[in-house]
Amino acid sequence: MNVPVTFVERAHRGIGNRSTAAGEVGARRMMSHRIAASADYPAMEEMRDQARRIRLYALGHLDELLARFSDEVEGAGGHVHFAADADEAIAYIRKVAEETNVRRIVKSKSMVTEEIHLNAALEAHDLEVVETDLGEFIIQLSGDTPSHIIAPVMHKTRQDVGELFSEKLGIEYTDDPTELNNVARHHLREIFLSADMGISGCNVAIAESGSIVLVTNEGNGRLTTSAPRIHVAVMGMERIVPTLSDAAVILEVLARSATGQRLSVYTNIVTGARRPGDPDGPEEFHVVILDNGRSRVLAGDAAEVLACIRCGACLNVCPVYREAGGHAYGFTYSGPIGAVITPSLMGLAEWHDLPYASSLCGACLDACPVRIDLPGLLLKLRRDAVSEGLGPDGLEGALKWFTRLATNPGMWRGATRAGGWSAKLIARQGWIKSLPGRGSAWTDYRDLPAPAAKPFHARWKERQRES
Amino acid sequence: MPKVQLFVTCLVDSFFPEVGEAVVAVLERHGCTVEFPFDQTCCGQPAFNVGYHDQARAMAEHTIKVLDGTDGTIVVPSGSCADMMINHSPELFQPDDPIHAAAARVARRVKEFSSFLVDDLGITDAGASCEGRTATYHPSCHGFRNLGIRQQPETLLDNVAGLERVELPDAETCCGFGGLFSVEMPELSASIMSTKLTNVEASGADLLVGVDVSCLMHLAGGLRRRSREIEVKHIAEVLAEETRT
Repeated sequence: MNVPVTFVERAHRGIGNRSTAAGEVGARRMMSHRIAASADYPAMEEMRDQARRIRLYALGHLDELLARFSDEVEGAGGHVHFAADADEAIAYIRKVAEETNVRRIVKSKSMVTEEIHLNAALEAHDLEVVETDLGEFIIQLSGDTPSHIIAPVMHKTRQDVGELFSEKLGIEYTDDPTELNNVARHHLREIFLSADMGISGCNVAIAESGSIVLVTNEGNGRLTTSAPRIHVAVMGMERIVPTLSDAAVILEVLARSATGQRLSVYTNIVTGARRPGDPDGPEEFHVVILDNGRSRVLAGDAAEVLACIRCGACLNVCPVYREAGGHAYGFTYSGPIGAVITPSLMGLAEWHDLPYASSLCGACLDACPVRIDLPGLLLKLRRDAVSEGLGPDGLEGALKWFTRLATNPGMWRGATRAGGWSAKLIARQGWIKSLPGRGSAWTDYRDLPAPAAKPFHARWKERQRES
Repeated sequence: MPKVQLFVTCLVDSFFPEVGEAVVAVLERHGCTVEFPFDQTCCGQPAFNVGYHDQARAMAEHTIKVLDGTDGTIVVPSGSCADMMINHSPELFQPDDPIHAAAARVARRVKEFSSFLVDDLGITDAGASCEGRTATYHPSCHGFRNLGIRQQPETLLDNVAGLERVELPDAETCCGFGGLFSVEMPELSASIMSTKLTNVEASGADLLVGVDVSCLMHLAGGLRRRSREIEVKHIAEVLAEETRT
């Protein structure tokens, strides 16, 4: 089987298939939950503005905020490691695991660890890694990848999960969600109790206290961060905000935009390792702060994308995401934010087609709680792709030809008239059903109206003459 | 009598001259003197949206030079071309480039056709009639999201005698056209279109109306492969159709 390398090839696999349809149902449901939750919260628009200000402030003061955060984490008995890239992050986590005799690792949901392919890297060194977020657990069992930033298995039905659990966990087939939940909970509880290390992501990091904030709906986040001996939090370097009250503003818009909840079921604020007298908590607390291309993005003119709070609202409203499915984006982050952040972080050389995976309809900008100008950023990335010679195949010649006509009115008028005459040869009742070559990209899916025999400017001239 | 400059758009010029004529008819009926800067071509949006700024800049510069010497509101029968001219053309030029200032002058004068009627001329009833028809309105994305155009065309349609306007389910979702997206990713474009057309059919309308011929040509072309029962028209054609006395 060929591995699809372009967005279009991957999208073709998604269009019309059962997984994409399941994902679309989920995306639309989450979208309507967000709209209802926003309508139910009079301060929503103001909170969005505030959240945007906080995020942009943080991006403008990243160095000092991260320095403060780092000091506070260490002051609370934790360790901070700045990782320039995936390899450095992985090497550090492996070193910690080795030094503390870790065999079994539990993880709570984290997109940044997906970004660096952490699981595979740890498993390659004989570490057992178990995802404990139900969605991520299903992804791991099935050898799949997430199709949505916050609902990783939105593309699977409960029947899919029933079949998977019966095959992998040896249970009798059921597609009852409550029973399936119980199976996973039972299975994971044993693993939690015997895990040596917990790896979490970080929804928000608070500079003033060195805390990390985790939101979950399943409680697996607090088990991951408190039951094992060692806790490692991995965060993108842009996750930081200055204060606890800033974090509170982010939380006001995060769950509402993500799932339509006022707040996630669990919000955990984790500060440092276990202190003397604490009843529980890890012996060691490590924070890995990952760059992996973010500094470069921050220095460019698409830095605004780093304001993202990973709510997934832009995915849910995106017609391209809904029709193509999350896997079409080929990397951890999907939808409009993926189309911007993947090429920004990983480079246009490999990902130059992603910025074109949008009709530029702007629904993402409307939905984004921190009002990131995603259509504007897609346009900038397209500009950059073209200037690096990575524009869409075969477009440049056609556009140069079109530009020549459009900047030469006499030629333009001649061409429009010629178009009208030649269309008469292939049009029937004013419509063209089939075009050869690249024109078939239109006529394979819709009829094309024939260019007018007499263009507007010619009609105008006639009218002038008559009057 | 307000003087207006008609920027008809490249698609109307070459594919839908009747839309341009309808725009002229409606504007003149409401007391406008319409001028047509004859050397106009394309605003440059097709190139801009796919990242070809050199080409977009050349076309935008031509458009700006053709329009800058004229006076009056520049009426454009397209939300997305108006959006290009208002929000993007100026930024294609360095601030110290004289074209930048000209682009900004032009941008301030540009107005989409239906919003010109309602917002500038204060017309909510264009005096048209369209007996026995049921219409639904698709708010094309750039006009709707970037210029706030929706209530104006809907009001105009609501006041067409004999025309019933019904809501388009999920109206604010893109139709899948997206300019060159429609031919660069045609299968996706068509897949999004199909959802839109299902909603158009579900609306119960026999007439689909919009303010952008680009989205409408995509939808009309798609509709022809499904059924021939729904007609597609630019709002100017509806407003020009028959005059009530």
